[in-house]
Amino acid sequence: MAYVKDRLRRTMLYIPGNNPGLMRDAHIYGADSIMFDLEDSVKLSEKDAARFLVYGALTTLDYGDTERVVRVNPLSTAFGYDDFVAMVRARVNVIRLPKTETAQDVLEAEQLLAKLEKEHGLPENSIGLMAAVESALGILHAYEIATASPRLIGIAIGAEDFVTDLKTNRSAEGIELLAARSQLLFAARAAGIAAIDTIYADVNNEDGLRREAELIHQLGFDGKSIINPRQIEIVHEIFTPKPKDIEHAQAVIAALNEAEEKHLGVVSLNGKMVDKPVADRARRVLALAQAAGVLPHP
Amino acid sequence: MRIEQTAMAGTLESGDMMVTIEPADTLTIDLTSTVEAQYGQQIRATMSEVLAEAGITACHVIAKDRGALDCTVRARMKAAIYRAAGATGEAWHKA
Repeated sequence: MAYVKDRLRRTMLYIPGNNPGLMRDAHIYGADSIMFDLEDSVKLSEKDAARFLVYGALTTLDYGDTERVVRVNPLSTAFGYDDFVAMVRARVNVIRLPKTETAQDVLEAEQLLAKLEKEHGLPENSIGLMAAVESALGILHAYEIATASPRLIGIAIGAEDFVTDLKTNRSAEGIELLAARSQLLFAARAAGIAAIDTIYADVNNEDGLRREAELIHQLGFDGKSIINPRQIEIVHEIFTPKPKDIEHAQAVIAALNEAEEKHLGVVSLNGKMVDKPVADRARRVLALAQAAGVLPHP
Repeated sequence: MRIEQTAMAGTLESGDMMVTIEPADTLTIDLTSTVEAQYGQQIRATMSEVLAEAGITACHVIAKDRGALDCTVRARMKAAIYRAAGATGEAWHKA
């Protein structure tokens, strides 16, 4: 199965690449994407073993409709090239590039994928890319990165490295990340791809996770990387349209349809004008509700 | 491939297998498994298959299985073989 450019990505669950005990059931908790990690969660001496494990899991286990993503090591390291070869052979859906700083990082990955797809008999453009930005330089180049390849499904912020680069640390309120999150989001929207937020590291702090998920949802993000299945429910709850939002969106669309039938130029609902942005938002709420399975497909 | 040195891969955690491969004149497999009764034969068959695929006819394999899936057995065997053959990094260059 090739990658899908635009799909539901409320939660992207990290699975450490050298932990086979977590691999078999990775998809059963209901995350929209599972993201095997060959990078920071795998120590240097185990990179080869993790690559064999993730390859084996991807080519043997059935993860159903869950999107399969692998975070590889950067191509500038001794492990990146082999990670790419193995993951192309495993026909992963999406490769997540860590520590992306320039459009060139994405272009190198794009060129290598094109070459490897050809060598290993995959159709052209079978494997998608996602770029994680984890430094001030990366944030400043966010738009160039987001538009560097048609394979890109989204860009993400990796906050742990980013706050270190900024010479600060993560606070409960996340004020240190506000500018970067906003800039990443502008880049993603201008490029027409997804914006994915960073992990929330304290798995025991459900209130903290909820506050952060509400903040990034309000900012406009599509979803969040997560590190524990326990985080799925809270993030999904916040990123799934509520019944009152769905009802309102349906009423907006009904009013639009009625106005069209009656050839009315101006549409209003409960005394409020329905113009194009209102209509667009309503369509997006319904599409999201359908993708999330809380509204039947028409 | 030839086994040149002793090498290990894997852990003793649940769902994993720890494999040690040593140079030897003949091929022997010592397996202990938490699921020996149900799957011992199948695990040995998978281990033999991976050795055969790598063209290895002589070595001593010691494997401690903690309920690893078939794909995990293969992955741990391959990692140990490549390490023992001193060929880490060559695995993915073949078409």
